Amino acid sequence: MSYLDAQFDDNIIIAKVDDLFNWARLSSLWQVGFGLACCAIEMMATSASHYDFDRFGVIPRPSPRQSDIIIISGTVTLKMALRVKRLYEQMPDPKYVISMGSCSNCGGPYWEHGYHVLKGVDRVVPVDVYVPGCPPRPEALLEGLMKLQEKVRNESVVKKSA
Amino acid sequence: MKSAEEIFNILKENFNDNIKELVKQPVDPYILCDPLKINEISLFLLSNEGLLFDNLMNLSGVDDANGMSTTTGSITTIEGGTLSVYYHMESTKFRHKVVLRVSTPREKPEASSVALVWRSADWHEREAFDLLGINFLNHPDLRRILMPYDWEAGYPLRKDYANPEFYHGMKVPY
Amino acid sequence: MAIKTEEMVLNMGPQHPSTHGVLRLELILEGEIIQKVTPHIGYLHRCFEKHCEAMTYPQIIPYTDRMDYLAAMYNEFGYVIGVEKLLGIQVPERVEYIRVIMGELQRIASHLVAIGTYGADIGAMTPFLFAFRDREVILNLFEITCGARMLYNYIWVGGLSHDLHPDFVRLTREFITYFRPKIVEMNELLTTNRIFIERTANVGILPLETAINFGITGPMLRGSGFKWDLRKDDTYSVYNRFDFNIPIGEGKVGTVGDCWDRYYVRILEMGESLRLIEQALDQLPEGNVTSAIPKRIKPPVGSVYTRVENPRGELGYFIISNGTTSPFRVKVRGPSFVNLGIMDVLCKNHMVADVIAILGSVDIVLGEVDR
Ligand code: SF4
Repeated sequence: MSYLDAQFDDNIIIAKVDDLFNWARLSSLWQVGFGLACCAIEMMATSASHYDFDRFGVIPRPSPRQSDIIIISGTVTLKMALRVKRLYEQMPDPKYVISMGSCSNCGGPYWEHGYHVLKGVDRVVPVDVYVPGCPPRPEALLEGLMKLQEKVRNESVVKKSA
Repeated sequence: MKSAEEIFNILKENFNDNIKELVKQPVDPYILCDPLKINEISLFLLSNEGLLFDNLMNLSGVDDANGMSTTTGSITTIEGGTLSVYYHMESTKFRHKVVLRVSTPREKPEASSVALVWRSADWHEREAFDLLGINFLNHPDLRRILMPYDWEAGYPLRKDYANPEFYHGMKVPY
Repeated sequence: MAIKTEEMVLNMGPQHPSTHGVLRLELILEGEIIQKVTPHIGYLHRCFEKHCEAMTYPQIIPYTDRMDYLAAMYNEFGYVIGVEKLLGIQVPERVEYIRVIMGELQRIASHLVAIGTYGADIGAMTPFLFAFRDREVILNLFEITCGARMLYNYIWVGGLSHDLHPDFVRLTREFITYFRPKIVEMNELLTTNRIFIERTANVGILPLETAINFGITGPMLRGSGFKWDLRKDDTYSVYNRFDFNIPIGEGKVGTVGDCWDRYYVRILEMGESLRLIEQALDQLPEGNVTSAIPKRIKPPVGSVYTRVENPRGELGYFIISNGTTSPFRVKVRGPSFVNLGIMDVLCKNHMVADVIAILGSVDIVLGEVDR
């Protein structure tokens, strides 16, 4: 028996199913390992040593089928948009989307003359949290993630959240 | 190391009428050539002992927009005039550089491909085809490269390009 | 009895952890052996050249940043050199030195990402974390200079947006002393790592003639054993005042021009960049960095092709001016765009797993492949 086990007797914890589920969900938001443009580099910087995404339970997964959250990090072009949609559809429920950077929020610097840029990823997938910036600092992305956790915390298994 | 004039004279000797003129401008002078003979000229430039242009640095298609332009409402159309291709090349041995330019009519833009002379031209030519609609004859694999393969709205870098409203059900303008 | 075999088509990407962005490779396989690789690009085509025709000259600088986002400083550098040539203006000495310092810091930062992600592609996660830790230090230097971490808009036509921060020189010197041992550490961790060598030595060999014919430049060309660096061979700015070497691939653990050579050239280049920064800091003259910025940028009619040695190779800008405040046409010759074209030759008759090793050693940035 390990040290910690010896400290406690058998215990029962009573909690609401909602709270338990939400707590589990929000502390292990696995992310699709997927980057699009400049913002993806900041996303990588966020998950690397200095900012350490791992401490929020965000682990990049190579496959969308194992993930809970997709961070659209960068410019979505028309050619890519259908693939982004496909990726989103491959993810199992419950799934969340963070749109990172001006480009995926609204087209960013390419909004006017970008003949091949989708002006906002919300034209193809529903977005939960928008993180502004070009590129957003890693701190901003962390803030966005905490906003998402806030949202997950208030969800309910029976009631559909808006 | 040869200057642009010397290279122009060598080319003129070998290809007389297909080399049109040497256009002088403040920075890089260029040589105007025949679009349908450009592959032979390139091969000569690459293989001639005294020239050895073994590195094609850049190949750019340009819409000269020098034709008749008519505007109705928000739509501009250009008729007549030319599209051009610029070739920037250098020799890694002799360290000289030269710029060639070919101009081809906008209605039927055709130039012969240099992709088999310098393999680096392959993607550059595909890009010029994709964005400007210049047809490179005898190119091994002339397809769209940057835009989607099923893009039907024309060639975006032409000055009279109009963006479509929708692509696969997605709204394109802001 | 003959075994019936058939070719298999495998799609890699656009969402693949090792394609460094949104690249799709179509592999035609015979068993595990690659017959043909067709790269499909354009998933990040952001219409840079169209924007250039609609923007004024200074407005284009932020867009050049977003092309090769790992080497944003260097993209600005190349572009402003082109416009300055068209305008025929001279910039103050101090500006040139600061540009060189920034460019070389950027080169180190970019190579760190290249090396770190290359390690991660091949299965070594630790170098990735180490590289990003050191890159953060450089980004902090950029941040105190111009306020941005990645996309700077710092180098302007005729000058710079700000002068250096008073602490910059001291901090950069500290960084140099901090970083020298880290290169040694990286060598111990990755370069001489047995598994790493097994994965990269003798893989994806690029012969020199093929490389030149395909227009390959940068560390890839030097990895094949050709001393060709535009900083020396077609020198620009004040690079001719410094003393630095051009590392080339020597086939230390395999054949000249294999993936390991290309990787090792990058490691050596970081050391050379440190030397360059040191010399530039020593010689840094005083002066005003904003005095030469023209009030109105309206180059005369004409065209110019300029090129600089980006961390990935020859970055060229072909700018045509028609005498107005915005260019008539800008065409960019992206080094990764050209370098990527050789994937088919490099991958032929290799295993599927080697595609990752080869692609990582090419070091592409999709933003600039697709523009
Ligand atoms: S928002 Fe800015 S940094 Fe992010 S992808 Fe768009 S241009 Fe790049």
